[in-house]
Amino acid sequence: MKNQSNLLFRLFFAALAAFFVVVLFSCNNSNNNQSSGSGALASDVASRVYVPPGQYDEFYSFLSGGFSGQLSVYGLPSGRLLKVIPVFSVDPEKAYGFNEETKPMLNTSHGFIPWGDAHHPELSQTNGETDGRWIFINDNNTPRVARIDLTTFETAEIIEIPNSGGNHSSPFTTENTKYVVAGTRFSVPVPQKDVAISSYAETFKGALSFIKVDPHTGQMSLAFQVLMPAFDYDLAHSGKGKSDGWTFFSSYNTEQKNTLLEVEASQNDKDFIAAINWKKAEEFVAQGKYKELKATYVHNLYSDSKHSATSETLHNVKVLIPSDCPGLVYFLPTPKSPHGVDVDPTGEYIVGNGKLSADLTVHSFTKMLKAIDNKAFDGEVAGIPILKYDEVVAGVVEGAGLGPLHTEFDARGNAYTSFFISSEIVKWKLGTWQVLDRVPTYYSIGHLMIPGGDSRKPNGKYMLALNKITKDRFLPTGPEMDQSCQLFDISGDKMKLLLDFPTIGEPHYGQALLASKVQPKSRKIFKLDENKHPYFTPSEKETKVVREGNTVHVYMTTIRSHFAPDNIEGIKVGDKVYFHVTNLEQDWDVPHGFAVLGALNAELLIMPGQTETLFWEPQKEGVIPFYCTDFCSALHQEMQGYVRVSPRNANVALKWSLGDSESL
Amino acid sequence: MKDKVVFISFFVKAKIFKPIKRLIMKIPSLQAVLVFAVLTIMACGGSSESPASKPNAPKPKSMVQKKAEDPMKDKGIGPVKEVKFDAEVNTELAAKGEEIYKKLCTACHKPDQKFIGPAQKGVLDRRSPEWVMNMILNPEEMIQKDPVAKKLLMEFNGAPMANQNLTQEEARAVLEYFRTL
Repeated sequence: MKNQSNLLFRLFFAALAAFFVVVLFSCNNSNNNQSSGSGALASDVASRVYVPPGQYDEFYSFLSGGFSGQLSVYGLPSGRLLKVIPVFSVDPEKAYGFNEETKPMLNTSHGFIPWGDAHHPELSQTNGETDGRWIFINDNNTPRVARIDLTTFETAEIIEIPNSGGNHSSPFTTENTKYVVAGTRFSVPVPQKDVAISSYAETFKGALSFIKVDPHTGQMSLAFQVLMPAFDYDLAHSGKGKSDGWTFFSSYNTEQKNTLLEVEASQNDKDFIAAINWKKAEEFVAQGKYKELKATYVHNLYSDSKHSATSETLHNVKVLIPSDCPGLVYFLPTPKSPHGVDVDPTGEYIVGNGKLSADLTVHSFTKMLKAIDNKAFDGEVAGIPILKYDEVVAGVVEGAGLGPLHTEFDARGNAYTSFFISSEIVKWKLGTWQVLDRVPTYYSIGHLMIPGGDSRKPNGKYMLALNKITKDRFLPTGPEMDQSCQLFDISGDKMKLLLDFPTIGEPHYGQALLASKVQPKSRKIFKLDENKHPYFTPSEKETKVVREGNTVHVYMTTIRSHFAPDNIEGIKVGDKVYFHVTNLEQDWDVPHGFAVLGALNAELLIMPGQTETLFWEPQKEGVIPFYCTDFCSALHQEMQGYVRVSPRNANVALKWSLGDSESL
Repeated sequence: MKDKVVFISFFVKAKIFKPIKRLIMKIPSLQAVLVFAVLTIMACGGSSESPASKPNAPKPKSMVQKKAEDPMKDKGIGPVKEVKFDAEVNTELAAKGEEIYKKLCTACHKPDQKFIGPAQKGVLDRRSPEWVMNMILNPEEMIQKDPVAKKLLMEFNGAPMANQNLTQEEARAVLEYFRTL
């Protein structure tokens, strides 16, 4: 027995040793194309991002879905996808844009638009710190800004931006979320009119909009627009601390060209960062120094008690003209088509990421104020003074990389800049402008994000690279593949790559915050008591089917696991049938689905206590089944029903039941 | 069995364990228990929640049977440990309970007729008041662990009692309403 024991003992250890060799080997292998990391480090890396089953991530992160139009929610550091929140695009899974309740959310001055191009998520802030109340995101194509409520993780509001053509420099917040902004990327005639495109420089304008946010409800309203020269306004960030009261917009195409911008818009050595004094703007508005312009734009608002959205069309906007409002705007000359404009946590430094340059230009807010006081101007454009470059620049990070796009900050006086062309992140020191570290990204990074990294209180533990190109990072999925994010540990001197994970759409920018700021407020159910939906059915007793001409309203309820009613007769071909389904459940994570054969829209997915409405126009006579799509109990497969559809001229009486018909 | 004994010997190889090892070798049932314990701990990563590490997990059979025999003594599992009824029904409380029952319970229950779930008429002759309240307040655990609730789940075709998130006060009002049925 002893011999056998020794033999097995040896075998056991041999196997163990082999296992470790394999693990180390494979870890080294995956690190071959990375600049740092040994096998031992790699196993440490795995533990840094490992969130054991049943445990939670430390951070919520919100990543723009880009051309998917949506906003994705990932847990960090695990990179686990928690939810995709539909914002600007329809989502048949959740019936967003398909049920009657959410259709108004996607209404615009052009009509119902099922798609958007979501760009920059921005969390609400209190005293310059993310507060976990709302997150805003802009649509570039149809200029809009949306607000997502972080108790429900649903889109609560969308406002359209008039006089705008490509809402890109948006929705960056002020430090108490007094305003979110919306600067136009494409200048357009204001108001829109039929003119020659070649009249661009004379007749086009760039509108920079300030959207007021109600401090209690979060409701947005368009406060005023500043009508700027016809440049392309690219990105923005508001001041903080000492620079609160100012918002900075980067620009390119100060050449004011309307064709072949790839060449023509890169002629000037320097473009501008526009510094808008919005506290001054408030004074000008109060003094009546604005023009009221006619404009048509819509404002869509979702109510959690009515479980429905309304869409309102608005007709006027207040506009400020810089030449009429001295002191409202100044230009900071900044080399080579600055893309991101980022303000450090102290509010002193304004970083211009000149995307066609190898250098980063950093302006000083203190110097800017001094230059304004001293009237250190270098000419003007459309009545807007251009400040002297040497009088405002604080420093230059020289030769840091190629194609700087965006900069975020940690809480230790460091800045992190993404370089698209050289595909890397460079860490540098504010004040000394020294490069401290660099890491490659896979591949061609666009935005980067540190939790709170554009606020007064960054959390300098992790950094996320949001990459534009994926190539060979994951198993191939044909010509098109998801884009990728990379998570870095930035708590030490050296940035360390921890994790790759794929994303939806194209992740332009992201935001993240400690889960503890959101998790306790997350809603679990909607209370039936608080349901104010006009077609709410409070109990099975009140279910009914009502005919009004050829419109039929079905007041239906769901609970594990039946519909009431589940047999309906007397529907006719060509009827306009509205199924108003109330989910009577009052327990967390018990939604019911509702799908009808042949419906031309989507399913409903009704949360506990919610009412949603599916429209259905039966085309042919027959008996049509409907069923619950979301596995709800052991009797989920039994959760089904029938609608009898009779010919147009039939005389079948309207009848509905569940079990024996007296029960309803 | 031989292999398993050898396997155990890896864990008791150190010299000080030799006397224990000898003891284990001599008692086959101990070997089996130990093998099971070791395997379980390994599988669960030594989690303290593993059933094998709970010393008193199996309850005496007689107790369980007794409970099943007399459901009126079964108080169920949940926040409610004791309910005392006044001699007279509190009509105001019962009216409030009826309102809550109609709003949140009638999708599956009818007072005097079997529907998705059982009828409530006479429920207090069949069940203890504590059991009724715990079934309302803690149905998920009840249908998994309480012998009466487990039987009911089977009897009602696997339709689970839904947790309608009543407060304890609301459940007490519903209970008072059941006294009037």
